Amino acid sequence: MAEPAGDYEAVIGLEIHVQLKTRTKMFCGCELSFGDPPNTHVCPTCLGLPGALPVLNARAIDYAIRIGLALGSEIAPRSIFHRKNYFYPDSPKAYQISQYDVPLCSGGAIGGVRIHRVHVEEDAAKLSHIGESGRIHGSDRSVVDFNRCGTPLVEIVTEPDIRSARQAHEFLRLLRVTLRQLGVSDVNMEEGSLRGDANVSIRPAGSEVLGTKTELKNMNSFRFLERGIDAEIARQTELVRAGGEVVQETLHFDPVSGRLSSLRSKEEAHDYRYFPEPDLLPLFATEEMVAAAAAEIPELPGARAERFETALGLHPDRARDLAFRRELADFYEAALAAGGEGTAVDPVELSNWIPHLVERIGSDTDPAGTKVTPEALSELASMVAAKAVSRDAARDVLTLLVAEGGSAAALVEREGLGALGADDGDGLAEAVDRAVAGDPDAAAKVAAGNMKAIGPLVGAVMREVKGRADGGEVTRLILSRLGVG
Amino acid sequence: MSELTELSAAEAVGRIRAGEISARELFDAYRERAAADELNAYTWVADGAPDEMPDAETPLAGVPVAVKDLFCTEGIPSQAGSRILEGYRPPYTATVVARLQDAGATLLGKTNQDEFAMGSSNENSAFGPVLNPWDRTRVPGGSSGGSAAAVAGGSAPWAIGTDTGGSIRQPAALCGIVGLKPTYGACSRYGMIAFASSLDQAGPFTRDVADAALLFAHMAGRDSRDSTSTGLPGPIEPPRAEDLRGIRLGVPADLLGDEDGVGIDAGVRESFEATLRIAEGLGASIETCALPHAPHALSAYYLIAPAEASANLARYDGVRYGLRVAGDESLEAMYSRTRGEGFGAEVKRRVMLGTYALASGYYDAYYGTALKVRTKIAEDFRAAFAEVDFIVTPTSPTTAFELGAKTADPLAMYLNDYCTVPMSLAGIPAISIPSGLGDGLPIGFQLAGAAFSETRLLDAAHALERAIGFDGSAVRNRTVAQNG
Repeated sequence: MAEPAGDYEAVIGLEIHVQLKTRTKMFCGCELSFGDPPNTHVCPTCLGLPGALPVLNARAIDYAIRIGLALGSEIAPRSIFHRKNYFYPDSPKAYQISQYDVPLCSGGAIGGVRIHRVHVEEDAAKLSHIGESGRIHGSDRSVVDFNRCGTPLVEIVTEPDIRSARQAHEFLRLLRVTLRQLGVSDVNMEEGSLRGDANVSIRPAGSEVLGTKTELKNMNSFRFLERGIDAEIARQTELVRAGGEVVQETLHFDPVSGRLSSLRSKEEAHDYRYFPEPDLLPLFATEEMVAAAAAEIPELPGARAERFETALGLHPDRARDLAFRRELADFYEAALAAGGEGTAVDPVELSNWIPHLVERIGSDTDPAGTKVTPEALSELASMVAAKAVSRDAARDVLTLLVAEGGSAAALVEREGLGALGADDGDGLAEAVDRAVAGDPDAAAKVAAGNMKAIGPLVGAVMREVKGRADGGEVTRLILSRLGVG
Repeated sequence: MSELTELSAAEAVGRIRAGEISARELFDAYRERAAADELNAYTWVADGAPDEMPDAETPLAGVPVAVKDLFCTEGIPSQAGSRILEGYRPPYTATVVARLQDAGATLLGKTNQDEFAMGSSNENSAFGPVLNPWDRTRVPGGSSGGSAAAVAGGSAPWAIGTDTGGSIRQPAALCGIVGLKPTYGACSRYGMIAFASSLDQAGPFTRDVADAALLFAHMAGRDSRDSTSTGLPGPIEPPRAEDLRGIRLGVPADLLGDEDGVGIDAGVRESFEATLRIAEGLGASIETCALPHAPHALSAYYLIAPAEASANLARYDGVRYGLRVAGDESLEAMYSRTRGEGFGAEVKRRVMLGTYALASGYYDAYYGTALKVRTKIAEDFRAAFAEVDFIVTPTSPTTAFELGAKTADPLAMYLNDYCTVPMSLAGIPAISIPSGLGDGLPIGFQLAGAAFSETRLLDAAHALERAIGFDGSAVRNRTVAQNG
C-alpha cells in the first residue's frame, strides 16, 4: 500500500510551518500563548487596527537563522519582506507579512532531503466554526481568536526529494527533533506549532519529468501525514492507470474516513499580488547575528546518532532513540564519561540500561532531574558487564536507585544482591546440589547429554538464590556436578 | 478675545509662559471658534478644555492644535473621512499626536479630509466638502483641507496634517498658509491611518514659518513603533535668517518648461517669478536645474500610491471594526457590501488601479516600472542638490478652484499634484509658503531641500516670508465674523 504499485514512483515535497517559541509575537509585543481565553493577547498591530505598524522581532530572526544554519542553508545578508494579499477573517490586515523572492535562508539539506528555502512570516488568527460539523460547511457562524495572530512562523520548503509517505514521516521526525533540540519551537503537531503540507505527484519510475502535483493541507499528526500521502499516491496512481489526469488542486485528508476532498482548484487560486512591505526595512543578517546564532546550536540529533553508531558501536535504532532525545543522550554521555579512565564502561552495555531507566522514571522525565546519577548508572552497567551482579538483580538495583539514589555498589552490598559464586561459601553450590537432587529425572537426562533438560534445573537454582547468580555460571556448576562439563 | 487669537502659536506660548494669558482662556477662545465653524473644517470638536491643562513650562504650554482625522486619537472619532470608519474610536493615540500632547499641546478638534487622504480638493470626504475661507464657493485643496481651512480661517492657531503627494503643501497654498512636508521618516507614522505607506508623512499647518518650525520640532523624532522612522539628525532651531545670501535656488526647467508644463496659471506663474525676484533681492542666486524624470513623477505616483493603498485599505472588511453591511449568509457578500457602501468613488478607483498594478503578469510593467522611475527621480534630486541649495516651484498649478469644477475629471484633479509629487517620491522635505494673491486667491511658493535639511529649509522660507509680507489676518477675521 505504501508504494505506488508497478511502474509509478511518487515525488513528494513538504512545506513545513514552524511556530517559533519566542516570548512575543513577530511584529508586536503581545505574548505568545496557547489555550488562553480568546482575544486576550492582542494589540492594535496584531489586530490590524488602522494606523498600526509592524516592528520585527529580533529574537524570531535569531531563531530563524539558527534553523537555517542547522539545515545547512545560506543565510542571506539582506532579505526583504513582502505583503501577501488575501481576504479572509483570519487575516486582520488582509495581507500576511511574509518573504517572497528574497528569503532569509536558501538551500541546505537534512536527512538526505534537500531544502529549497526557509523564510519567516507571521501566523494567522484562529477561526472556529460553530456548528455540528466543526468545519466551515454547515456551520452556523464563525468566530475569530486573534491570540495566535502574529505568532512568528518559519516556513521550511523542501525540494521534491521524498519518494514515499514513510520517508516523509522519517524526514519530519528528524526535522522535528532537530528543531526541538535547537530550542526554537515546541514542535507540537497537535497544538499546531508544527504543521505540514505535502505536494504530491507521481511519474513513471525512472522519469525525470515532474507530474501534476496536488497539495495536501495541514495534516496535524505524523500518522495522518503518512496516511494522507499514501492515500493520495494511491488515488493518483489509480486515476492515471484508468487513463485519467491529475488535476492541480488543494486537498484535505479526513483521517476518520480516510477520504480526500478538494478545497479549491487552481482556477480559484489566489493572485496574492505580492509586493515589498513598505512598513519594514530590509532585514540585514549581519555576520555578528549569524555568529551569535551559530554559537547557540548544539550538536544536532542526526549527527549525534551517527556518532553513537559509528564511534560507540550502538545499534542504529538505539543510537537514534538516544540522540533524538537530547536529555537521554546527554545523560548517557555523562554516564559514559563517569566510568573514568581505566574503568571505562562498555558503551553498548551502558546504552542497554537507558531504556530500563526510562521505563522506571517515565518517558517524559529528564533523567538528570531524578535521583539516579550518571555515575551510579555507569557503575551498575560495569558491574553487570563484570558479572558482579546478575542482570535480574541489576534491574532491582536500578529500581532502588530511582527511588533513593546513591551508589549502585552500595545498594548491591546493602541488599545482598551481589552475584553468587561457587566458591564464595554463600550457598550457590548447595543450591545446585538441592536442584539436582530435587529433579533426578532432569538430572539424568542432562547427564545423558540432553542439554534441553537443563532449563528446569537452572530455573530451580535461580529461584532459590533469588536471581543473584549468573545464569551461565549456574549452568556451568550443574554440568560440573553431573560430570558432563 | 480676538487679540488672543491673533497671536501666533509661538507668541501664545511665550505669553502663557510669562503669565500674561492663560492656556485655558486661549483654548476656550479657539474652541468657541471651532464649534462655530461653518467651513465644515471639523469632524469633531472638543467639548471643552481638558480638566487639567498642561504645565505652562511645557514647550507648547497648552496651546491647542487641530488634528487631521487621519490620526488615531484614543476614544475620539478617527474616521479618515470615510464612511467605512464611521464612529470608529481607536483604542490608542498616534505617536505624533502623543508627542505633541507630551510637549503640552491640547487637542482642539479633528479636521475634515478627503477620504483616506485621497484627493486634492476635500470633496472626497464622507463628511462633505470643506469650504475655502478665502471664497466659500471654492475648495480648500486636499487632502488635508480641514486642517488648512481651520488655520486659514482662524479657528485653530495651528494644525497637523499628512502629505502623501502634496496633501499638506497644496491645501496650504490654496488657503494662504504655511505647510511643511518633512523628510520621509522624520515623523512617526504609527497611528496615522495609512494611505500609501512609503510616501505618507505628517507635517504642520501654521500661519508662519516660525510656528511651523516649533510644531514640527515637537512632532519629529524616531519612534520604536515605526521601523521606517528615523527622526532628525539634530534639533530643529527656530528660524532666524533674514536674507538668502549665498543661497542657490534651482528652478526645474523640466517641470516648468512651457512645452511640457501642465498649464500653470498665468497668475501663479507671475507670483512665482515675482517671488524669485524677491529672493534675488535677499541675496539668492536663481539657477535653472534639471530634473529630467520629474515629468514622469505623476504617472509613477499614481501606480505606487494606489498599489500600496489597495493593500492598506483591504483591512476594512467589516469583520472587526467600523462599518459592517451584513450580506446574505456569505462572507464575500459581507465584504463586497461593506466595501461597496463604505468607500467613496475615488477610493474605489484607486483600490482598483492599485490592485490591477500589482496583479500577477502586470506587476513588472506597472508597479515595477514605477519603482524604477521613483529611483530615477530620487537620483535627479540628489544630482540637483549638488548644484543648488533648494529647488523652487509654484506649489500648485492653479489657485483654489470652484467646488465641483474637477470632480468629474479625475485626471484634471490629479494634475494638482504635478509640482508636489516629485518631492514625495524622493522622500525629501518641502515647504509651501504664501507668495501673494491672484484674483484675490492665495498662491503658494514651494521650496524643497535635500533629505533632513529641514532647519535650513525653514530658515530660507522664513527669510523669504518676511520679505514677501503676506498677511492672512483679514481672512481670519472675516471668517470668524461670517461664522457669527
